[in-house]
Amino acid sequence: MLEGIMIGLSTAFTLTNLMMVIGGCLIGTFIGMLPGLGPMSIISIMIPVAITIGDPSAALILLAGVYYGAIFGGSTSSILINAPGVASTVATSFDGYPLARAGKAGKALTVAAISSFCGGSIGAILLMIFAPALATVALLFHSSEYFALMVVGLSAIAAFAGSGQVAKAMLMTVLGLIMATVGEGALFNLPRFTMGIMDLQSGFGFITLAMAMFALPEALYLVLDPSRSNNETGGEIKDLRITKAEAKSIAPVIGRQSIQGFLIGVLPGAGATIASFLGYAVERNIAPKEEQDQFGKGSVKGLAAPEAANNAACTGSFVPLLTLGIPGSGTTAILLGALIALNVNPGPRLMVDQPEIFWAVIISMYIGNLVLLVLNLPLIPYIAKVLAVPRNYLIPFILFFTMMGAYIGQNNATELLLLVGLGICATVLRFADYPLAPLLIGFILGSMLEDNFARSMQIYDGIQFIVERPMTMGLLGIAAILIVLPSYRARRARNRAKGIADGD
Amino acid sequence: MALDRWIALIILMICMAYGYAAFFTMDAGLPPFMQRNAIWPSTFPKVLSVLAITCALIILLGQGKSDDEAKEGDINYRRLMDYNLGQALLLLAMMAGYALMLRPVGFLISTVAFLTLGAMVLGERKLQFLLPVTLLATGLVWYLVQQVLGIYLRPLPYVFGTGG
Repeated sequence: MLEGIMIGLSTAFTLTNLMMVIGGCLIGTFIGMLPGLGPMSIISIMIPVAITIGDPSAALILLAGVYYGAIFGGSTSSILINAPGVASTVATSFDGYPLARAGKAGKALTVAAISSFCGGSIGAILLMIFAPALATVALLFHSSEYFALMVVGLSAIAAFAGSGQVAKAMLMTVLGLIMATVGEGALFNLPRFTMGIMDLQSGFGFITLAMAMFALPEALYLVLDPSRSNNETGGEIKDLRITKAEAKSIAPVIGRQSIQGFLIGVLPGAGATIASFLGYAVERNIAPKEEQDQFGKGSVKGLAAPEAANNAACTGSFVPLLTLGIPGSGTTAILLGALIALNVNPGPRLMVDQPEIFWAVIISMYIGNLVLLVLNLPLIPYIAKVLAVPRNYLIPFILFFTMMGAYIGQNNATELLLLVGLGICATVLRFADYPLAPLLIGFILGSMLEDNFARSMQIYDGIQFIVERPMTMGLLGIAAILIVLPSYRARRARNRAKGIADGD
Repeated sequence: MALDRWIALIILMICMAYGYAAFFTMDAGLPPFMQRNAIWPSTFPKVLSVLAITCALIILLGQGKSDDEAKEGDINYRRLMDYNLGQALLLLAMMAGYALMLRPVGFLISTVAFLTLGAMVLGERKLQFLLPVTLLATGLVWYLVQQVLGIYLRPLPYVFGTGG
């Protein structure tokens, strides 16, 4: 392994390759800030550039830089204007945006940058050590386990609901799942619930829904209540640095979530989105009571957890790609395409036949992370200045960017009308204190959940796969506990408050 | 009845329509070979509609108290009229207008109009600053999206051809 690291280092540390990584990070960061252009679209845009370079190592190093830059850029728009353009940064906005509203945008971005850096770096180290072994474990997961894993992810929505709100969060999740069934599913090729409207044939767009659920209600709130925008920040960026106490409190979070995120990322199909949601939920559940209340209102831990998990998972998703040639996520699928175009065949033989590529990718991930941190930490005060833009300019621009995000993905103006309609619904739901995040999570996981469910139903010719596969049953058991426990706790607390003795 | 129960009622009605479609109308056109499958296109929606109806009923009928005092910093919908409701509705109408005008009028004109009018609705009056900013931003976004990223946005009105 040491020899491999040396090969990787010598490949990566040439002037051209370092320039590639720096350029890639910058391009990724700036384009990634536009909501609607996630890592996947940016990498696919960069592929022609990468292929013309010709040298597979240099091309991959460029793409890795773009990848990490795009992830960081996506977190920026979630934190600053509550507009998560990529599914995996949705969890970032839960605590990042409240922090930014409290005038700590600089700190939030710093925490995000550092957590991403640690998550990515720890992921890269784990990738180096465990890649071959993990590849075989990932293959043990069949579609029924994926189904169960997603049910666990969805049950963790209890983490997003306050006490006594579990039913609301559940309803929102199921509503999200229902919205995911609109359109033509992959397995049936049959349009469902489209009500004869052609534009619904392909279902609701993810970005449209994300913008409608988060960015649009927030912008409308800013319009409705001008006092929200001129809060104590006054556009000035204070608290750029993290205090020692905060660093101490987020260090274990980052450590745990990097490992958990990496392991989830290794499973093909699970990926960064589930890793970030689960990371957030797990950290909220194991936090002490007083810190638990801070989650969702600007907790540094709640920001660090999804950021670390999502970056570690991105790195983890390279395990099946490099060792088995199976792309586990959309982004790695595009990278696989790029690799094949560059005449590299990822698979079990890659480590043996072309070790310099395998190791160069891993080392370049590490360098990409480092460069990103070095480049972006000084830029953070300027990026955070976005919030200092006068309200009269900021709000129309936020509205415009939400619309651009929805439009350029689909190139369909009906999508914009849907955006406005869904945005109004989301605002009304927010008035009534319904949590909106579960709806989006349900929507994102909905189609994957149904596909895996359908596949296991077909393989086992019925529902018995739940009992026949112990791992599935175990995961579903965890899911049931996750749902029952919070409502039981809330009920007991209510009874205790009423003075009714609880039988033990 | 509090707003959250009204919403639960509306969602309940939507889910009942959804469930009706899933249970009774969807499978009518199912080809015979698919009927032998363990899973039908309607299986998952059926499960979902049952779950959703249960949740909605829990909220609608549950004794869970609906807190009347709004949380700190949140908007109290009972006093909606006290807020800038007009501005918000106007901006929403403009977004819908933008959606309808984007194709026929072209990206550049409709975006400049949306950004300028949007800022003016919010109370901006210094046109000498506003117009250059919106023009510059529109041009920049168009250049980035169309020329750099290669995603097609029709820049000019329909009558001037496809442009770009």
